[in-house]
Amino acid sequence: MTDVLFWSLSVVAVVAGVTVFVVDSMARATYALAVSFVAVGATLVLVGSDYLGAVTVLMMVMEMAVMAVYMVMFMGMNPALMPMSMVHDKRLAIAVSVAVFVLLSAGVLAVPWPSRRGVPAVDPTTELGRDLMGDHMLVMMGVSVVMVATIVAGLVLALHRGRYQRFGDDLRTRSGHPRHGGGR
Amino acid sequence: MTLQTVLLVAAALFSVGLYGALSQQVLVMIMMGLELMINGLLLAAGAFWWFLNPTPTGQVLLLVILAAMTVEMAMGFAVATLVHRHRRSDMTDDATELAG
Amino acid sequence: MPDTAGDDGLGPIWVLPLVVVAILLALAAAGLDGALRARSSGRSALSGSASPLAEVARLLVQRRRRTLNRDPVLHQVGILGLPLVALLMLTVVPIGDRPVLDLPVGVVWFNALDVVVWAVVWLAGWAPNSDFALIGGYRFLALAMAYELPLMFALTAPAVAAGSLRLTGVVAAQGGWWFAVWMPVAFAVYLLGVAGFAVWGPLSAPMGADLAGGVLVETSGPDRLLLLGGRYLLLVAGAAFAVPMFLGGGGGPLLPAWLWVVVKTAAVLAALVLLRRRLPTLRPDRFLEVGWVVLLPAALVQLLVVAIVVGTSGGDS
Repeated sequence: MTDVLFWSLSVVAVVAGVTVFVVDSMARATYALAVSFVAVGATLVLVGSDYLGAVTVLMMVMEMAVMAVYMVMFMGMNPALMPMSMVHDKRLAIAVSVAVFVLLSAGVLAVPWPSRRGVPAVDPTTELGRDLMGDHMLVMMGVSVVMVATIVAGLVLALHRGRYQRFGDDLRTRSGHPRHGGGR
Repeated sequence: MTLQTVLLVAAALFSVGLYGALSQQVLVMIMMGLELMINGLLLAAGAFWWFLNPTPTGQVLLLVILAAMTVEMAMGFAVATLVHRHRRSDMTDDATELAG
Repeated sequence: MPDTAGDDGLGPIWVLPLVVVAILLALAAAGLDGALRARSSGRSALSGSASPLAEVARLLVQRRRRTLNRDPVLHQVGILGLPLVALLMLTVVPIGDRPVLDLPVGVVWFNALDVVVWAVVWLAGWAPNSDFALIGGYRFLALAMAYELPLMFALTAPAVAAGSLRLTGVVAAQGGWWFAVWMPVAFAVYLLGVAGFAVWGPLSAPMGADLAGGVLVETSGPDRLLLLGGRYLLLVAGAAFAVPMFLGGGGGPLLPAWLWVVVKTAAVLAALVLLRRRLPTLRPDRFLEVGWVVLLPAALVQLLVVAIVVGTSGGDS
């Protein structure tokens, strides 16, 4: 049962991954990637990471929803399929990725993997929480600082107007013009 | 389902993502390639954790990979917006110089 | 294979009764809404309460319109997605003392599903290749950006207080005070989040009348029925999920636990339908600021209060 589930999820994940670069529609490409992530999330649940599997699905579907907006914003396509080939060095890229796959799988099959040490906790989610709030508090704190820095940096890069445009130099006046962020 | 099979699937995902990241010209499509590569890493890390050493510490690594993914996306979108605003383009070939 | 999945859930046989009850509740909510609408326009409330049935019959026989250059595959995903997500949400709600699927991460399951609604609504707006529908889809994502994070923290508060992500654990932790009583901010933010993912009331701009129906505009016939019905089912799922999270699950005197769950769900649902007529539809760009500047800090402060209460009262650790 687990095997059937695993293999079908794997096929879905890889086929959806290939679909991303084959289809002629931005929206289809984006949501094919989302399907690939959902399949990997489900596989993570199969290998015991219930919480992280669910979080993967949560985060990646959200990201792909946002990704689709960017796709349309930059490329402005309609839902009908449009011929779309925006690639360079296609043959080289295929050669490199096939070589990498062969190398990786050779490694996977050749390395004598050690046998399992220890048994998983009854509730891996609780254990993860205790670990993050205990021994690995530093990781948690590091990640949160990086996240805040990302929010700030992302806004700085992407915004073309800030609160000075909206509220004037003294940050008090309210511009009435929608172009300047007023009219609200 | 053994460690090897899961790792093979992860390797396939990684290679497909690598193809995308290398061959695509559109910035957002390149990001999708990168995402797919990290997707493979995530699966591999999950497999290592479960089949080799299922202690809580291993899951922390998965969490860090997930965090790396979000950071990559957020910064990617920000840069894409910036490039698009300055050059009216989202193709990497039009952004070979850093000078505005 | 971990032994954690579906430990002692009721099992898949109970999905069918769940679906039937959910559809009945959705019809009841639509009936109440119809009655209120009829009364406010001077007609008899009784005729209004039957209007959903007439609407169902009309949509079932209506012909499908097809727009030019649409994406049929993604359109189907968008249409079937809403009711499907709602039913998957309901599978972790304990009916009586056990849910259909007793996941150890039930709260995250619900959260992941309400994020799937982002994709579904946007696809339903994108696929018909129509301006108004697409603008509706964008409006939904803008609103979702504002309600999703507060909603996440509102869902976190009961989980922190209970020390469990499993729904039965959250219910068990409410032997004393219901969580709605001592975390009112989280409860209010949660209800607003429900309105958000059900595209309902104050957050219904993606399907607003100013866009001629927005996401709905090009969808007709049975497809439209699935979209409209999916909205009501999401509302039912949101109301039902509030019961184990905030309202003590099946706890209550005299009646059996499963009946209490249904009664409480119906009460939350009725409140959502009644409130809808009292509140204006919010503009997405304004709500973004409200969400990030007011709701998110409020939800975080609520979480802090909960964490302090749990920490000082000993908690479970």
